[in-house]
Amino acid sequence: MSVLPEASGAWTTSPAHALLRVAERASKRSKSTSRRRMTLICGLAMLGVAIVVILLAPVLASKSPTALDVLHPLAPPLSPGHLLGTDQFGRDTFARILYGGRIDLAIAFGATSVTLVFGTLVGLIAGYFGGWVDSLLMRIVDLFFAFPFLVLIIAIIAMLGPSIFNMFVAIWITSWVSYARIMRAQTVVAKKQQYVLAARTLGYSRTRIMLRHILPNTASAVIIFSMVDAVGNIILAAALGFLGLGAQPPTPEWGTMISDGQNYILSSSWWLATMPGLAIVFVGVAFSLIGDGLADILRPGDR
Amino acid sequence: MNAPGAPLLTVDDLHTYLATGQGVVRAVDGVSFTVGEAEVVGIVGESGCGKTVTCRTIMGLMPKRIAFSTGKVVYHPLGDGSILDLPQSEMQRLRGAHLAMIFQDPMTALNPVRSIGDQLIEAVTAHAKLSRQAARERAVELLTRVGIPAPVRRMRDYPFQFSGGMLQRALIAIALASAPRLLLADEPTTSLDVIIQDQILSLLLELQRDTGMSMILVSHDLAVITEVCDRVIVMYGGQVVEEGDTATIITSPSHPYTKALLEALPQADHRGPLRSIPGAPPSLIDTPPGCRFAPRCPLAMDECTSWSTELVEAGGTGHRARCWRHNEVGKVEAWQASDSA
Repeated sequence: MSVLPEASGAWTTSPAHALLRVAERASKRSKSTSRRRMTLICGLAMLGVAIVVILLAPVLASKSPTALDVLHPLAPPLSPGHLLGTDQFGRDTFARILYGGRIDLAIAFGATSVTLVFGTLVGLIAGYFGGWVDSLLMRIVDLFFAFPFLVLIIAIIAMLGPSIFNMFVAIWITSWVSYARIMRAQTVVAKKQQYVLAARTLGYSRTRIMLRHILPNTASAVIIFSMVDAVGNIILAAALGFLGLGAQPPTPEWGTMISDGQNYILSSSWWLATMPGLAIVFVGVAFSLIGDGLADILRPGDR
Repeated sequence: MNAPGAPLLTVDDLHTYLATGQGVVRAVDGVSFTVGEAEVVGIVGESGCGKTVTCRTIMGLMPKRIAFSTGKVVYHPLGDGSILDLPQSEMQRLRGAHLAMIFQDPMTALNPVRSIGDQLIEAVTAHAKLSRQAARERAVELLTRVGIPAPVRRMRDYPFQFSGGMLQRALIAIALASAPRLLLADEPTTSLDVIIQDQILSLLLELQRDTGMSMILVSHDLAVITEVCDRVIVMYGGQVVEEGDTATIITSPSHPYTKALLEALPQADHRGPLRSIPGAPPSLIDTPPGCRFAPRCPLAMDECTSWSTELVEAGGTGHRARCWRHNEVGKVEAWQASDSA
């Protein structure tokens, strides 16, 4: 890459030469910074596209997701009037993917944001107060971790009855614990910092110290994790839909669509499961890129 | 404001014991002193002699789970009760507004992810109701007061954009935001280079004179202490070993430890190696009876290792030392005798 001759360590001899070397390195560094930013921008752009397309579903898809076209069941993609074909009842796959995305993205945002906020607060309180408060809260967290998540969620939905709202409830109840654990670990470290002692010296309240002094220094970890978790929640929703515990027919939802389509994969109607699968992959990649980009930008010490 | 010299803070027989894995550390063991209105008191001593723990106990900042304090700390504007007995919420009101503290390392005492201005405005509004605009103006005024150039622009900067000396100035501004009556400066210049040290000390003194607040300056550097303090308290092993006017302490120390500290200072006309104090400070776990300094003291007698004295008058008003032989410390013969022995 170097435009300069690498002659026998000669670069140390002249200040001008050294300056050039440094400039070269600096430009490399700034390139890598902008590349990092590109990750974030790509992720946000992909997510933006997904959101716009889903919001514009009534405009983009001419068919209703539940309208039956009984004359054309299992029509292949690119057939007239059905861009991505139809399912076994003749429902338009394209329309179902767009409308189904509403539920999946609602889960990505709705389920994740609630657990992010609640788990973060629990972790903050446990870490900052310590003592019996910490022990009590963290034992509750341990209790949740003792069960496999999916089993716990299935149990809760089985109890409440399968519906989209109950799926939200089950995720809210169970998945705040990861945030609590991450946040507690961060808080325990941060509260020993001198700026926290200095804040106490100034007579600030505990709430103020937690929210205005510790949280800004520790939030990056949970925010980054929330992006991973959002992908996890979409996949979880798909899995629950697949098991018949999420969206109920005829409501379109990606997981349910894959589940319905699996019977037809071998009988050459591959698009029924593949198309919603690709939609999940697209949104999942978007969130992952955002998470990666944020991790690079928010990583402490990188400023 | 009360008359200068009237007591502002009285510390009476303060003990702070810390529970550690190795045993009970008697970090502060019977410390008493008084800080008057508009007085600058220096606390000097080696690392680990209880200076910082004393300050933090006064501020109520010791972790309750491991630290146990007895004795009284009376903040006179609040009455005769000990502030150690105040509930958390009232202590919180006292901190910042009446008692403020600045720390040794300015690099870590500010929140790294928030701007200087943001943190300053927070300090200004912590104990007073002010409009956003008024708080901002007060913050800029404080930054100007502590000598930060282009304060309006600097408000937007983050701590990493400030140098060490500038950060300490910003911290002083934050500490003074609510016009405290007493400022505890815990080694405020230790992490700064000598020229900046001098600037910060001058600034502290200037602010102290302007506001009429009192100040406790903690340092292990006797040179710093003698430069700015009216009165000096020398601590060793969690106890006060000598106290008195700065002039008295430097001209006629009455405790062998103080004298040894003074001799350890670099002198312009002295050639050869610096004199250090042989040995190390005592462990504050399972302290033996007798004077804590005895094992390192050239003047130690047999009595010194078996029982120690209280602080006794050592001539001069308010000059007291914790030594059986305080009358002989100033005399050359005693030291020569011990040197030859």
